Amino acid sequence: MKHIKTLNTKLLNNTECQTSVAQ
Amino acid sequence: MVHRYKMNNYNIALDINSGAVHVLDDVAFDVLGLYKSSTREEIFNSLAYSQNEIVEAINELKGLESAGTLFSEDAYAGLLDEINGREPVVKAICLHVTHDCNLTCKYCFADEGGYKGSRSLMSFETGKAALDFLIRNSGGRRNLEVDFFGGEPLMNFDVVKKLVEYARAEEKKHNKNFRFTVTTNGLLLTEEIQSYINENMHNVVLSIDGRKEINDNMRKTKTGGGSYDIIMPKFKKLADSRGQTNYYVRGTFTKGNLDFSGDVLHLADEGFKQISVEPVVADASEAYAIQVQDLDMVFKEYEALALKIISRKKNNQDFNFFHFMLDLEGGPCVSKRIAGCGAGTEYLAVAPNGGLYPCHQFVGNEEFKIGDIYSGIKNHSLTEEFEKCNVYTKEACKECFAKFYCSGGCLSNAYNFNKSIQKPYEIGCQMQRKRVECAIMLKAHEAFASL
Repeated sequence: MKHIKTLNTKLLNNTECQTSVAQ
Repeated sequence: MVHRYKMNNYNIALDINSGAVHVLDDVAFDVLGLYKSSTREEIFNSLAYSQNEIVEAINELKGLESAGTLFSEDAYAGLLDEINGREPVVKAICLHVTHDCNLTCKYCFADEGGYKGSRSLMSFETGKAALDFLIRNSGGRRNLEVDFFGGEPLMNFDVVKKLVEYARAEEKKHNKNFRFTVTTNGLLLTEEIQSYINENMHNVVLSIDGRKEINDNMRKTKTGGGSYDIIMPKFKKLADSRGQTNYYVRGTFTKGNLDFSGDVLHLADEGFKQISVEPVVADASEAYAIQVQDLDMVFKEYEALALKIISRKKNNQDFNFFHFMLDLEGGPCVSKRIAGCGAGTEYLAVAPNGGLYPCHQFVGNEEFKIGDIYSGIKNHSLTEEFEKCNVYTKEACKECFAKFYCSGGCLSNAYNFNKSIQKPYEIGCQMQRKRVECAIMLKAHEAFASL
């Protein structure tokens, strides 16, 4: 695209660990 | 919902529900500001770009909208029943092995180690019963965590060592895996203790505020002297001995050092690679408390720090700053994103007498005592309140762009300022939002600076 670049390819709406979130 | 902002010459749009981050040119950024509220004609008349450019930008925005990465629907709200319907089990405890301290830090939330009660040490028997409580209440969870906390836990280090030994023996019997952390002010650190920590503690938190004059103004010994000269060499040695990983130097900034990027950079100059310097949380009546009128300066300082991190990275002098670390490509599960730390449900704190509290910050407040390690959790109405607390139950979070990176904020801070765990501490929220903006900008710079 000419005007917009998208930074990330894995997204929230396509969704034993350490206690914590931003993990 | 979309949050758009400018920072470091980047025009950024965060699609809140999908988590997509877009970097826009000026045309698209300005068009986005009018995209939902104006007709095409109105946009043509409002902006000084050519009609052709505006149409291109509108078409690109429409494409993102169709792809579900702009003005996307909330995909999490429908999962709440499933998440809330689970039986909570305990996976982590904060063991207050010491309610005493050898420092007299002015801003200490723990009342200089005493937690507003009498000074005391946890006995091995109590600690052992706490570990048994954790194992007994952990259900099928294998990875369990124990934080050795205080006060100053090194004042009761023999008990810490015995508890680690006991946990290691028990984990084999119950198919569990313990992960230990310790938080220390460093005064009692020795080579022997350092070796023990490196062999047994998965994470160690080293408390120091940054520059000598800043640290020593707040973190004084019992005789009134500064602690910097005692702890700095020990901390450098410990961090190096761990290969500069699995630790944090952790400081607090106050109204007295709103230029806190100087403290972060000082710690970096001393060789530390894992750094956290965090705002003090204090009643507005305290002279060192951060007030609403200080926020502009704090925001500028966070932005200045982000730029410093960029320039240092270019020179291979990079370090991690805890509050700017953001994972846009992975991230935790939905239940964790919306509820955060699990205080009062899967994470509990144990006082030296065996009393149970929702987290280390609630210890000493008897209104929040939920039971004890011997008879278990008794105040179920209180634990249910914590269980049902998430970004969808808090009015202040509903429209907030940072909600899925902050998970609703610290419940203890909310209670201390607003007498409700459902009402977040607003000054903290504002700083959190700025940190998320900085963290996303750093990601954008990482991805696009070379283009």
